[in-house]
Amino acid sequence: MKWRYLEEKVFQGLMIAATLLAALVLLIILGTILFKGAKALSLEMLFRLPKGGYYLGREGGILNAIVGSLQLAGGATLLALTISLPIVFYLNYFTRPRSLWPIITRFSLDVLWGVPSIVYGAFGFLLMTWLDLKASLLLGIITLAFLEIPIMGRAMDEVFKLVPRDLLDASFSLGATRWETAWKVVLRQTLPGIVTAILIAFGRAIGDAASVLLTAGYTDNLTTSLFQPVASLPLAIFFQLGTPYPEVQQRAYAAAIILTLIILAVSFVSRRIARHYSRHLVL
Amino acid sequence: MASSWRIKKELLAHKLVSLASTLPAWLIVIMFFGLLLKARPLLLSQSLGHLLFSSQWSPFKGEFGFWPFIMGTIWVTMIALVVAAPLSLLVAIFLSEYAKPKIREMARPMIDLLAGLPSVIYGVWGILIIVPLVGRFLAHLCGVSSSGYSVLAGGLVLAVMILPTITHVILEVFRVIPQAVREASLSLGATRWETVKLVVLREGAPGILAAFVLGVSRALGETMAVLMVVGNVVRVPRSFFDGGYPLPALIANNYGEMMSVPLYDSALMLAAAILFILVIIFNFLARLVLWRIERRRT
Repeated sequence: MKWRYLEEKVFQGLMIAATLLAALVLLIILGTILFKGAKALSLEMLFRLPKGGYYLGREGGILNAIVGSLQLAGGATLLALTISLPIVFYLNYFTRPRSLWPIITRFSLDVLWGVPSIVYGAFGFLLMTWLDLKASLLLGIITLAFLEIPIMGRAMDEVFKLVPRDLLDASFSLGATRWETAWKVVLRQTLPGIVTAILIAFGRAIGDAASVLLTAGYTDNLTTSLFQPVASLPLAIFFQLGTPYPEVQQRAYAAAIILTLIILAVSFVSRRIARHYSRHLVL
Repeated sequence: MASSWRIKKELLAHKLVSLASTLPAWLIVIMFFGLLLKARPLLLSQSLGHLLFSSQWSPFKGEFGFWPFIMGTIWVTMIALVVAAPLSLLVAIFLSEYAKPKIREMARPMIDLLAGLPSVIYGVWGILIIVPLVGRFLAHLCGVSSSGYSVLAGGLVLAVMILPTITHVILEVFRVIPQAVREASLSLGATRWETVKLVVLREGAPGILAAFVLGVSRALGETMAVLMVVGNVVRVPRSFFDGGYPLPALIANNYGEMMSVPLYDSALMLAAAILFILVIIFNFLARLVLWRIERRRT
């Protein structure tokens, strides 16, 4: 009899210890990055481009990487949205009865979700040779969009599934077509969920390094055309941490804190939106 | 007139969304054949068995033995799984069966954040904390000398990265188990842990296995964080403290030179194809199990 309660206590202890450990690791990661980054961060770092001798430790900043990352992730998110929104419309309102396509599409999205970013990068490299492009902003955007489509598509599909049947029936009974129902009624109802999905995908894209490494190149200047290479924060961290100069490594830490703050902000905002706007929905 | 325009719009929309919906499936097919097509020259020049199991890697002499990279991948993935699997199972049981709603509410954003942090951030953390921990502390403890850049460091960083993925999937699996089953067990006098052990874990076993498989497939392809801490030496690792060189790191480190050496690009695309095929198989199996569980609920 005693043994049963001992076992209960032991496993409860283990569970609490495991959960605390996980929380502790998260705090240590954030703490390490914020501590190291805060020491390296300055206004000069934020608003200046790398100057001559930058990689030997001379002056300059990481503006190119900040702007480049926003261009890459912004463009990719826009492209991914224009592709995944129709997919989700199809899955929820345009399927024919007994068609296999919705199952194939949902399953493909699930499987694509697990494909690692380096494989998307390798595929982007193939596109580069097929389309005769160079490593550029355009190629980076396309590759990141492929990475984002399963994330965005799955998240939006979940939101669309929650739309009450009555709302659709009301719209159809007033004579609206499926397109009008999807575009004018459902979109308004699901807007908070869609925005959350967009932000999650944006966060994944802005932090992704492996796919961008193979497709977008790197530059010390601002990128003004789709066909030029572009810098990005994850690669700025990766390259600058790899140099032997402590001054340059400092900039890697500065880039790391900016990237982390962007991710924290995105996750915070998406949470707030989900909570705030869900009050106005038809339930 | 107006109504015919509405119908035209509807028909056009139908065409467009149907077209868009086939894209994910096509993407899988095109990626698969594209990567294999690019790897073909190498596959034609040497047998697949030789490529996979030879340890000779010297691209300039045309020797492409993938064995050290395959072993490097297996080492870091297995270490990550052995560390992360029990931890994430315990965390999931705690959050789903024991924790008060308030704690559960607090834990959700933390798991999401852990899953959402970029790979390079984990890499930076790995270099600053895990590598010194392995090199100065754990290696001393075991009486060996190591720089810390090792398969153990790679595995530990990976473990933290796949923990939220596995936990999240297990939580979904537990959620589908009907509350009545738990209550039946408790009403027969079982303790909470006995209910977990004999009812929840048994009922959730296929789903938990699927969660582990998804974790492994996540770990297989993880690139930057591992690359930054694993040492990148082309050698089959013999101990936890040896450096390794997993497949994703191979691609990321050498993409710059691959066009200037014959067959090198084929070799790297073959590495990507191997990863792609493994991940597709793992994901396919895991999702099949999870879909069946989901289906049973409705």
